[in-house]
Amino acid sequence: MVTRRDPMGIGLAVLNRIASSPAVDRLGLRRTTERAVYEGAKGGFRVAGASSRAFRRVTGGGRPTRLARTSDSGVFDLEPTEDQQMIVGVVKEFAAEVLRPGAAVAEAATDTPKEVLSQTGEFGLTLLNIPESLGGLSEDRSAVTGVLVAAALAEGDMGQAVACLAPAAVATAISLWGTDAQQQTYLPAFAGDDVPAAALAVAEPRPLFDPFDLETTAEANDDGFVLNGVKSGVVRGSEAELFVVAVELDGGGPMLVLVESSTPGVTIEADPSMGLRAAGLTRLILDDVQIPADAVLGEGSADDYRECIRLSRLAWAALALGTGRAVLDYVSAYVTTREAFGEPISHRQAVAFMVANIAIELEGMRLVTLKAASRAEQGLDFSREVALARRLAGEYGMKIGTDGVQLLGGHGFVKEHPVERWYRDLRAVGLMEGAVLV
Amino acid sequence: MINLETPRKFRPFVQQAHQVAQEFLRANSRKYDLAEHAYPKELDLLASLVDGMGASGQGQGAGAAGVRRDEDDEAGSAKVKNGTNMSSVLSVIEMCWADVGLLLSMPRQGLGNSAIASVADDEQLERFKGTWAAMAITEPGTGSDSANITTTAIKDGDEYVLNGEKIYVTSGERADSVVVWATLDKSLGRAAIKSFLVPKSLPGIRVERLEHKLGIRASDTAVIVLENCRVPAANLLGNPDIDTKQGFAGAMATFDNTRPLVAGMAVGCARAALEDTRALLERAGVVIDYDRPVQAQSYAAAMFIAMEADWEAALLLTLEAAWLADNRRPNSMEASMAKAKAGRVGNDITLRCVELAGTLGYSEHELIEKWSRDSKILDIFEGTQQIQQLIVARRLLNLTSSQLR
Repeated sequence: MVTRRDPMGIGLAVLNRIASSPAVDRLGLRRTTERAVYEGAKGGFRVAGASSRAFRRVTGGGRPTRLARTSDSGVFDLEPTEDQQMIVGVVKEFAAEVLRPGAAVAEAATDTPKEVLSQTGEFGLTLLNIPESLGGLSEDRSAVTGVLVAAALAEGDMGQAVACLAPAAVATAISLWGTDAQQQTYLPAFAGDDVPAAALAVAEPRPLFDPFDLETTAEANDDGFVLNGVKSGVVRGSEAELFVVAVELDGGGPMLVLVESSTPGVTIEADPSMGLRAAGLTRLILDDVQIPADAVLGEGSADDYRECIRLSRLAWAALALGTGRAVLDYVSAYVTTREAFGEPISHRQAVAFMVANIAIELEGMRLVTLKAASRAEQGLDFSREVALARRLAGEYGMKIGTDGVQLLGGHGFVKEHPVERWYRDLRAVGLMEGAVLV
Repeated sequence: MINLETPRKFRPFVQQAHQVAQEFLRANSRKYDLAEHAYPKELDLLASLVDGMGASGQGQGAGAAGVRRDEDDEAGSAKVKNGTNMSSVLSVIEMCWADVGLLLSMPRQGLGNSAIASVADDEQLERFKGTWAAMAITEPGTGSDSANITTTAIKDGDEYVLNGEKIYVTSGERADSVVVWATLDKSLGRAAIKSFLVPKSLPGIRVERLEHKLGIRASDTAVIVLENCRVPAANLLGNPDIDTKQGFAGAMATFDNTRPLVAGMAVGCARAALEDTRALLERAGVVIDYDRPVQAQSYAAAMFIAMEADWEAALLLTLEAAWLADNRRPNSMEASMAKAKAGRVGNDITLRCVELAGTLGYSEHELIEKWSRDSKILDIFEGTQQIQQLIVARRLLNLTSSQLR
């Protein structure tokens, strides 16, 4: 019988994983330069899905394991728990020392270095929402922790943060909504040392995309379902071994299905976009892909699907918080040192007020995002709060991005400074669906 | 543990405050908007009720008072606290959901009372108990630059002799005393500015006239003239010494405590407009869906969600500022952030609500047009939008007031 970990215990478990990881010393990020040459030619590539490991199919008959809700403390409180502070402290350091310095190279390579991915695996990023009994770290839902971690990662680099969080999104989806058999089949791999690349594919490449009105279809037949359609915003699709895909069941509404990448009919097409380049965005093309009936995630219920869409939007809002913070800190340092007309430009209200407004909007969207997350983990309805957080993160996230460039003037427009990358990354927040989950 | 829900222990009280606000304030909203300068007599009963709750220790700070920071209160306690700053803000939100002007007219809940609560010593607190104190800072030639005031206070024996003209004195006619800001010596700058509690019964203080305003018409806004008004020296609030090192900080401390309350006023007023606009839109067939992307919804629905998002951010910034104060943490920047965000979105939301509701919203058939007039002052008094941005920017960028002017 495993002793139930208290919050302190969870923090220590994460720290222990980090301490035992030699990755801190061996992160040779600069080695990815050779990769950049190869990836540069990758623009128009189109390949079959990566060959997936053989996920050993387990016939579970029992009830799936579900994370408990956290209880309502009844007290208004903005202070993270001790274990949250510990985890965030570590992730922030990683973001500052690994993700930020490696951002330009990862962007050029249109991928996140394996060392970085494996290190976040060692941190236990994917474990945060996997129940303890299945090898994870958690017994309670921890949407707030998820938000804090995603923000901390994105403060380093949003593109790499998305790549690191993509497998966790799939693990979280299976953990939250999967059947017992699905949990037993897939979660051990995510809790193991070699976390599989995996992607949650919801978006489709068309204007006014609505995740509740999908064009990717699942048609029932004797062997299960046949999938057809095109998904976009699929993180590291060419590497992914497992996809969770949003499809419209003919006449039955949207639902999530599990698709292993080696399934015939699965094609991955590179889809380089204006930003998030380190996330290796691709399209997933499904051409008469036959999946078994038990590939439907969980009950395939409308409620689960809705919750997935909401939690994904919450994660995108969290990412905007981190990158927004990066912009604020960067421009604050810049405007107080850059001189024009004989004094720092921060002495001008036109400049200083822009910075003040970045801080005000960032704090507002942070609080609304945290409220949504805390409602989610308490089991309260959080649809409204997620919609509001998404609106703020999309609107003001982009405003912060564009003001970040504006405050540096011409210097902001060239790649000598990171603000132009943050500008491109922040555009994603208001339009992305899927890919990440908290 | 992060949790941004209304504290459980305040939920019943918020519910009560809401009902009181509905019955006493909202019900009389249009009446006193139309009858500017008429005394809202219904509030006398409510004020006694509030006083009674305060005396019996059940009060949660129903108005713009109760912002004193009691340093001994649970000193050393590591426990996170939801205290009077939070409950005052929650109360103000409910009251201003009903009517900002009437809240400002609440007997014995004036801004001067906040000043007393913030800077008076214990003896003064006891002596001024029960007074209704208005606040007089602004002068015809001095607005946001309150360090520049010209009203003088000259020591003469046991008294100070005050001379000058004060404008925009909220409740200046109805209150029985006025907290007047005056300088002991103009050449010594902001450090010489002190506040005095001036009972209106004294000779030499008079109400010159009342303003006719865009909004908050239920609240009287007076011009007050001081002509050789002799005030007991013991009525100088706080320290009488001119400490040039401390400068203006003492006098300005009041504002750290009252800014979240004014932010709360904007939040309450905007919520009223959002609620009524939503009802009107839904009656007109507009569907507001939080799950569908806003891009794929009607303009009105998308606009509504955008307004609600800004409103929620303003609410939570306001609660954060109050929470910090309750937990003895510095909140000057957060208080200004809350005031800046709530002030501007409160105004923007109410005006857009009028737009969405069309001529119906523009007419006196609905209260939306009134809220859109009331909301404007909330982005001006207790520090304009621009002053809040100055405060935030200076703190953020570590600049002095001479560097960032």
